[in-house]
Amino acid sequence: MKISYNWIKEYLDLDVKPVDLAEKIERTSVEVDDVVTPSEGLKKIVVGHVLSVEAHPDSDHLHICQVDVGEDEPLQIVCGAPNIAKGQMVIVALPGSRIAGNVKIKKSKMRGIPSAGMICALQEIGFSDDVVPKDYVDGIYVLPADATPGDDVYDYLGMNDSLIDLDVTPNRGDMLSLNGTLRDLAAIYDKPVTLDQPEVKETGEAIADQLTIHADADLAPQYRMRLVKQVKITPSPMWLQIRLWNAGYRPINNVVDITNYIMLKYGQPLHAFDYDKFAGQDVYVRNAKAGEKLTTLDEGEHDLDDHDIVIADDQAPIALAGVMGGLTTSITDETTTVAIEAAVFEHDHIRKAAQRHNLHTDASQRFERGINRAGVQDALDAAAEMMTDLADGVVQTGTAVGSDNVPEPAVIPLSLTHVNAVLGTTLELAKVVHILESLGFTVATAGEDMTVTVPIRRNDIHIPADLLEEIARIYGYDELPTTLPTGRMTMGTLTSAQKLMRATRHSLEGLGLNQAISYALTTADKAKMFMMQPSAETDLAWPMSTDHAVLRMNVVTGLLDDIAYNTARKVKDVALYEQGRVFYREDGNDRPSEEEHIAGAITGTLMPAGWNQPAKDVDFYQIKGIVAAYLKDMAINGDVTYEANADMPEMHPGRTADILVHGHRIGFMGQVHPTIAKKFKIGATYVFELNLQAIIDMPKQENQYDVISRYPAITRDIAMLVPDEVTNDQIVALIEKRGGAFLQSVKLFDVYDGVKVPKGKKSLAYTLTYQDKHETLVDDAVTQAFEKVEKRLQDDLGAEIR
Amino acid sequence: MSLKDKLDELHQRGLAEIKKSTDLKDVNQVRVSLLGKKGPITEVLRGMRDLDAEERPKVGAFANEIRDDLTAALTKRREELENAVLNARLANETIDVTLPGTPVAKGEPHVIQQIIDQIEDLFLGMGYQVLSGPEVEEDKYNFEMMNLPKNHPARDMQDTFYITKEILMRTQTSPMQARTLEKHDFSQGPLKMISPGVVYRRDTDDPTHSHQFHQVEGLVIDKHITMADLKGTLQVLAHELFGDKFDVRLRPSYFPFTEPSVEADITCFNCGGKGCNVCKNTGWIEVLGAGMVHPNVLKMAGVDPDVYGGFAFGVGPDRFAMLKYGVDDIRNFYLNDVRFLTQFTKKG
Ligand SMILES: [Zn+2]
Repeated sequence: MKISYNWIKEYLDLDVKPVDLAEKIERTSVEVDDVVTPSEGLKKIVVGHVLSVEAHPDSDHLHICQVDVGEDEPLQIVCGAPNIAKGQMVIVALPGSRIAGNVKIKKSKMRGIPSAGMICALQEIGFSDDVVPKDYVDGIYVLPADATPGDDVYDYLGMNDSLIDLDVTPNRGDMLSLNGTLRDLAAIYDKPVTLDQPEVKETGEAIADQLTIHADADLAPQYRMRLVKQVKITPSPMWLQIRLWNAGYRPINNVVDITNYIMLKYGQPLHAFDYDKFAGQDVYVRNAKAGEKLTTLDEGEHDLDDHDIVIADDQAPIALAGVMGGLTTSITDETTTVAIEAAVFEHDHIRKAAQRHNLHTDASQRFERGINRAGVQDALDAAAEMMTDLADGVVQTGTAVGSDNVPEPAVIPLSLTHVNAVLGTTLELAKVVHILESLGFTVATAGEDMTVTVPIRRNDIHIPADLLEEIARIYGYDELPTTLPTGRMTMGTLTSAQKLMRATRHSLEGLGLNQAISYALTTADKAKMFMMQPSAETDLAWPMSTDHAVLRMNVVTGLLDDIAYNTARKVKDVALYEQGRVFYREDGNDRPSEEEHIAGAITGTLMPAGWNQPAKDVDFYQIKGIVAAYLKDMAINGDVTYEANADMPEMHPGRTADILVHGHRIGFMGQVHPTIAKKFKIGATYVFELNLQAIIDMPKQENQYDVISRYPAITRDIAMLVPDEVTNDQIVALIEKRGGAFLQSVKLFDVYDGVKVPKGKKSLAYTLTYQDKHETLVDDAVTQAFEKVEKRLQDDLGAEIR
Repeated sequence: MSLKDKLDELHQRGLAEIKKSTDLKDVNQVRVSLLGKKGPITEVLRGMRDLDAEERPKVGAFANEIRDDLTAALTKRREELENAVLNARLANETIDVTLPGTPVAKGEPHVIQQIIDQIEDLFLGMGYQVLSGPEVEEDKYNFEMMNLPKNHPARDMQDTFYITKEILMRTQTSPMQARTLEKHDFSQGPLKMISPGVVYRRDTDDPTHSHQFHQVEGLVIDKHITMADLKGTLQVLAHELFGDKFDVRLRPSYFPFTEPSVEADITCFNCGGKGCNVCKNTGWIEVLGAGMVHPNVLKMAGVDPDVYGGFAFGVGPDRFAMLKYGVDDIRNFYLNDVRFLTQFTKKG
């Protein structure tokens, strides 16, 4: 809601600049989006009197105007507006002026004719299209005839006012009005405020003979109408138009403008009906019936059902209650009798109706937040009074009342001790009472106990905590002390799972992978790739797009998306890991279970080519090295083994391994299948994904000191030819099993599969290290053990020792 | 010529030869020729047997003195020459120290992770637990127990990814408040927790909106927790994350699960509080929402609001990172361009 600084000043004696006022509101009441003074940034824009208008010789739409701008000589200005006419008072941007959008106006020629400035439309000096009166939307604006040529136009158009745009939180519906804002400001600045009291002159017939309302009080706790006859529809006076356009409303005509003005002032939405269009004299507030239709003011057609609340006459709905009036009974230039509606509708119904019909109006916004049920008649009277003043209307005697439900005011007990205990303050009773009273609350005290009666208009206040907020904000948050919680001590420690997750991240970063955070919502396709266990997919009910519609059941595809993003931007070397959840669902369950996973992906090279080293493309053994080093860091108590897996559809059948601990599969690694890589538009990529939860849950080895032997180690190398199908794992296992008591380690140092090796065979070479922890080993003992291993390799694996 | 004179002469001649030697081979030859078994000193000493018993030890001692001195001179010369050789070699080995170092594979933590870790460490130090809850939540915990009943206006269906009517992607990490409150045994001590994690909103991704982002929720419940404590806690947080010169101020706001509710602003990063276009000339930037836990939230979780109370706050690490590092597009956090990920390398 845009609220006028000048309007506020009419009621409150404030000596603050608009920006300071806005700051105060923001600090104490509700958020302020911005403060705008419409004339700011404009220069040399004055009133001009059009002395003559001649057709341009070389144009069918341009006119040559002589315009008096209060100087000795009139200016010649070429103008293309269709509504330019001799005698008008117009807005002139002089040569050297600045108009909206920081555009400078200079002397120029238009089709050969010199033009000294520009005659402006309102839009050209910064007005939004939405607020310009209909007559002037497509042309220049015409100022009142009594304007003085040469004067700045700003004051004529209300442009020197400052407009404070309030972003009102859902609880503070009362701030969506001048009166509500004034009441808060009165408390904030601790100043008295006197609000206008309407005075209606009821000079017409009794309304009871002309109108009867049948309202369901459950749908509309308040429903009232007044009748005003003999109205003359005209444009509103300038001051009213200014109030409206500065608040963001387009001036329409005096009757409609009055309803909007009263809404701004009182916060009470009103609707003006053309009474003569009613079928009959009865008005109903009821649920719509299935099949009923209504065309609203904006010419939108709506199919209604029994969830909707409508205002209806004897025949059909005439308004969608609290949202928008109907077209057939709307005010036109011919209207002479106006039925003014002031009501309160049940907010939940209005919220749903506004959603259902996609009609979020200023009225519906106010009803949704709740409005002052005790102020309905005042607003209605004020509108009737204005229709007498501005439209020569004759107000009929009495108000037609369909329902009149006013809730009891909230009465809230509050103790001073409680106030200070929660706020951390040492406020005195008198101070607290004063704050509450300045807000218009009534306070009865008994010792330190208060009983606070809250006016109906503050429908956001029900419990002591609500009062605490009022006290705190008016007292000022800056005035609160700054302390830290005291009391019983607590320990702050990470759980072992949290520690492991941190260790996981540090380990993988140390191994060269950057942490990625990808989207957990993905496409249906990607969600079910690289599955580590069977699961039903979990879909969003109303996704925003198919790209983010299904919960992921793997982490790898997110990383592949990331690699694709990098690849598309010519970043070729990518090494990423991600720690995050996957979502597995069992058929029949609505809710998936969540499992922590850890995944990595590398493409290009891990270490880019430098001046002293060549690039090395990533390969299986690099991702395996990373996984092995990571798992070593996690110190899982149990053998980690890798088994070839040719069956994962998204993985290269010859370059993929399952990762097992104690024979239990906890993940996989390997090369992404080239066809999948192609789908993602990425190059050769190696990935792994592990069930991190499983790693968390597994027993761990404790670090233990192992004596470093003082005695020398003896090494022996062994090279052998073995059939292709014999694996390194088999050879190492055999050597370790048969190596004897002193074998400390087996290290592969060469693999050769080239031309010098017979077909179907490969050459492998290992270094075996022997050591005795307690004495110097004798060569013989090693030789004996070594020969034994050689023999077993020949016998068991068909190795040919070289 | 007496033996002594012979030795003197040998001594002088030896020193001169040593001095003349120009390489290690020379030095070695000099050593052999002077001190070797067939060398002149040995020769002289052999002549000692002709001396009388009184002279013999004197000359012997003298001869040893000379031998030691020559040995020392030889050693010194050898070291000199070795050093010269070494220096010459080292001079030859000079490299361009300004050539780049050999790259080392090194990964970086995600910038949002860094902020979350920093927040966690701060609150761990103040005795808070770190708790993480499910990302797929029940409506009950995400909304109802946060004092957002089904028809509440603040609860716009548009903003939530529902899976079924009752199951949804959590829109905030606050559900962990309710889940923890339900279980906490206050006889064992106050509840002090933070809950970091991913949250989801039904939004179209653009530079300032992301359908996935992060939140760290904080909650303290005990018998005597005040709004002043909240203010102090938020100030500590701002100082930890941004630095001591950043101030915190509170403004009234509205959240259904807190009353009073506040927004916290901190001093504008861009202008230091003077006012600029980043802070709309206020000198302040909104960074988080907070408040005193609404009695209804406590009641629904089975905690007596007449005895216990406290504060809650919700921090957006994405927003913090954007502000702290001037990141102008939130999508950067989730697209994982390596050139983005590797920018935030400052440790500690
Ligand atoms: Zn700033």
